[in-house]
Amino acid sequence: MAKNVKPRVRTPKKATKGEVIEIKTLISHKMESGRRKGKDGKLIPRSIINKLEVTFNGKEVFSADWLPAISANPYMSFFVKVEESGEFAFKWTDDDGSVYEKKSKIAVS
Amino acid sequence: MIINHYKKALCAAVAISVSAIGITSVDASDWGPYKVEDRRSGYTYMTDESRAMQADEFENPGMLWVEQGGDLWTETEGKAGKSCASCHGETGEQMKGVAASYPAYDENMGKMQSVEQQINFCRENRMEAKPYKWESEEMLSMTSFVNYQSLGMPVSVAVDGKAAPFFAKGKEFYNERRGQLDMACSNCHVDNAGGMIRANTLSQGQGNGFPTYRLKWQKVGSIHRRFRGCNKQVRSTPFGYGSDEYVNLELYVKWRGRGLPVETPAVRN
Repeated sequence: MAKNVKPRVRTPKKATKGEVIEIKTLISHKMESGRRKGKDGKLIPRSIINKLEVTFNGKEVFSADWLPAISANPYMSFFVKVEESGEFAFKWTDDDGSVYEKKSKIAVS
Repeated sequence: MIINHYKKALCAAVAISVSAIGITSVDASDWGPYKVEDRRSGYTYMTDESRAMQADEFENPGMLWVEQGGDLWTETEGKAGKSCASCHGETGEQMKGVAASYPAYDENMGKMQSVEQQINFCRENRMEAKPYKWESEEMLSMTSFVNYQSLGMPVSVAVDGKAAPFFAKGKEFYNERRGQLDMACSNCHVDNAGGMIRANTLSQGQGNGFPTYRLKWQKVGSIHRRFRGCNKQVRSTPFGYGSDEYVNLELYVKWRGRGLPVETPAVRN
């Protein structure tokens, strides 16, 4: 597991039925591209988060494949239309197989 | 025909002048607290996108370091069995004002102390723990956390009394030409602020946002890292992190930006 990885998400706590809400995510990660050379002249091995998946009540609402050109500490925001109360589950998958997870509830009226 | 052609040309000319006004009005606009007299924060030289990134605490990646610093604040370390919170309170609120007034004169040391040096002084003498390395994740997190407590406060460093000789040294450093390119800090940040240095806009080089999240660095960095980068770019040998030269320079640079708000963690490109 890469060092100091800390996921953060921001979703509204409340929304009205059918509302389109913005979801923001940020995760601290070095996102080493695998193209840089260290002081010894050797390539620094690639180490990035390669996937972000977001589900709402178990159903996928958003996913993205991340590639080496994504910056360190990636920020991603997107919009979702909500029809019912429930829970968003965020899952980032690291190159080394570790998974970082975060959950967030929303009440829809 | 000729009239038509003329009209078209006139329209084009109007369009150009309108866009030209659009460009200049950016400088003429009201920067609020980010501009005091003729002193402009680096914030005013950034793009709208970078400014929005800084303003939103969630989007601001520097806040990751502030959060980590908050965790370290309450972590017990060293032989004395203390954490920062043991003396300074759980929340770090007592650190309010530190970023605005440091570097400050220290009686025991007989010289100026930066926030980093004060943190390590506490670690060694109060906590009996190992000092942090200057540009380590831990130090950057801690300084981000401490300086963040002063967010929005106007910078106001004491440059009189005991601090006066150190201030004078910092000022001399600032105006002294150095390196193979024979350039002083002032050649860029006073004479050419607002101009371009290759593809980058030169700011006035104010120190109110450090530790700053620099998009190029992809992390936060101390003001001494910035000094070293500048010194290398004029092909001179940089001084060490925490050297007397840089602490004095830090004092002078902070004074240059007096009245500007503390922006830690600022976002710059």
